[in-house]
Amino acid sequence: MPYFNFSPAERQTKYNLMKKFYAFVQKEFYHIFRDTRTMMILFALPIALVIIFGYALNNDFKNIPIGILNQSKDQTSEKLIHRIVGSGYFVVEQTLEKPQDIPKAFKSGKVKLVVFFPSSFQQDLYHAKKAPVQLIADASDINTAINTTSYLSGIIGEFNNENGRENSGGVQLSSRMIFNQRLLSVYLFIPGVIALILLIISALLTSVTLAREKETGTLELLSISPISPYMIIIGKVIPYLILSLLNSFIIILLGIFVFGLPMVGSVALLILACFVYTVASLSLGILISTRVETQQAAMFASLVSLMMPTMLLSGFIFPIESLPLPLQLISNIIPATHFIILIKSIMIKGAGISLIWKPFFILIAMTAVFILVSIQSLKRNK
Amino acid sequence: METVVKVNQLTKKFGSFIATNAISFEVKKGEIFGFLGANGAGKTTAMRMLSGLLTPSSGQASVAGFDVSTQAELVKQNIGYMSQKFSLYEDLTIQENIDFYGGVYGLSRQEKKDRSNDIVSKFQLETVIHKLVRTIPLGWKQKLAFALALIHKPKVVFLDEPTGGVDPITRRQFWDLIYEAAHDGVTIFITTHYMDEAEYCDRVSIMVDGLIKALGTPSELKTSFQVDSMDAVFQLLARGTANKI
Repeated sequence: MPYFNFSPAERQTKYNLMKKFYAFVQKEFYHIFRDTRTMMILFALPIALVIIFGYALNNDFKNIPIGILNQSKDQTSEKLIHRIVGSGYFVVEQTLEKPQDIPKAFKSGKVKLVVFFPSSFQQDLYHAKKAPVQLIADASDINTAINTTSYLSGIIGEFNNENGRENSGGVQLSSRMIFNQRLLSVYLFIPGVIALILLIISALLTSVTLAREKETGTLELLSISPISPYMIIIGKVIPYLILSLLNSFIIILLGIFVFGLPMVGSVALLILACFVYTVASLSLGILISTRVETQQAAMFASLVSLMMPTMLLSGFIFPIESLPLPLQLISNIIPATHFIILIKSIMIKGAGISLIWKPFFILIAMTAVFILVSIQSLKRNK
Repeated sequence: METVVKVNQLTKKFGSFIATNAISFEVKKGEIFGFLGANGAGKTTAMRMLSGLLTPSSGQASVAGFDVSTQAELVKQNIGYMSQKFSLYEDLTIQENIDFYGGVYGLSRQEKKDRSNDIVSKFQLETVIHKLVRTIPLGWKQKLAFALALIHKPKVVFLDEPTGGVDPITRRQFWDLIYEAAHDGVTIFITTHYMDEAEYCDRVSIMVDGLIKALGTPSELKTSFQVDSMDAVFQLLARGTANKI
């Protein structure tokens, strides 16, 4: 048999392999740039998400409307009120005359909280050396209620300290928020949005594009061509890898320059984190596409099995610590959970590799598992 | 004449199911070989083994001089393939499709250019070469898909129901292209459900339940089954299966 036939042997050179690969990647870019839906997901969705999370779903508060019911009207209470307003978090929307007005003020929705100085305030302060101030919050909006009361407690506590009115000796509790002193939610949502966008681009788009080739029958033709199955898959994912990384930088830059996200740690480490997570997401996309036959099934599988858990269980929207134990366990197997830890540690805390090798290791291990399972599924079809 | 496809006792089992049961045949250079059979008779499995996609359970086959189980990559470089779906990228232009498939088969820039010019002048595609494939008529897509299956000058081309869904006139034109390719020395391996097309083949094999039940020229088969059309030959063999079930 003429094994060393000139032309096939010649064509198997490395140079040729690169050329085949180039043809493949070029074709993939044509697909991406010509599909409006893909382009929307690639470029409109990330910006829309950042803006929605940045402005509309903003958890930060300032100018919270409050009511003041001051029956004491002494110097100390006026000073305290001045301090509260001066903090910038609160505005006095209404000044109440008597305790009976409080329910009405809440019902009208004009105020979120009422600060009540009883008429005995001044006397108690001088005689008993301590005086009660009551904070009454509208807990129908629980987050605001908890936040406003804790902010106000802080302000009042500070006021006490400055005026030397520690009500008792011994230990004084003093808490300080570090890394995010102003408690800005941008610190939480930017890493979350990056995690989500990279997942959508990598897992959703790759699984859909591979499924499309199955549907149209072009995959059949490719598998009969001299391109190896591994090259088909790598050629498919390379454009998405490039676009994903590009996208994550756009989001990070938006976070830094528009929303004031800090960048304390190493840029190289940040790039590495994005790369590792993107590869993990791509391998998930490949895994999905080996198991489905149609674009619709691929899309459904990506949305339900990847995006929902990423939104809800990765610590993006709900803190992992507050989840029930079974959900906490699930959150550990979601790649985004580890990626969000990495991004926060690098960007906000400036952590080095020695502190965060573990999430890196977990992501790499996950990728290896996804790829092995994908190869098994591909082989089963042989 | 050179033998291009050699199949000897080729068998594929999926668990206990025998999809292809020890089939043997040979196809010569430039021959048009019709591969017929009802759905599920084992045609596709046999074709997938011959194109290096499936590994045989036992038996041997060589295509274009290469063993399908040990030299699958060399087999792939020397065969072309076209299916009913035509396998063109609808969101790429004709030119981009030509460049892509040329690239996949490792053609040089000059080869690609030459081949592209050949295709354009042969099918008069000058006006539509930069149009998306999506926008051209089905008949043109089919011819283009055939041209692309031949772009790397393969020794054998596998056509899997290539004329499905096309009108009779286009089908006739398509067969002219097949004859032309065969005349140039390309071996044509074709499956079809149209029995009139079976009459156009040089030789025909009919598979039933994983076995080749009939093999010969259309006139030989008609004579031995004492009928006057390939359709009747096929009906006789297919009915034989129906009775068994």
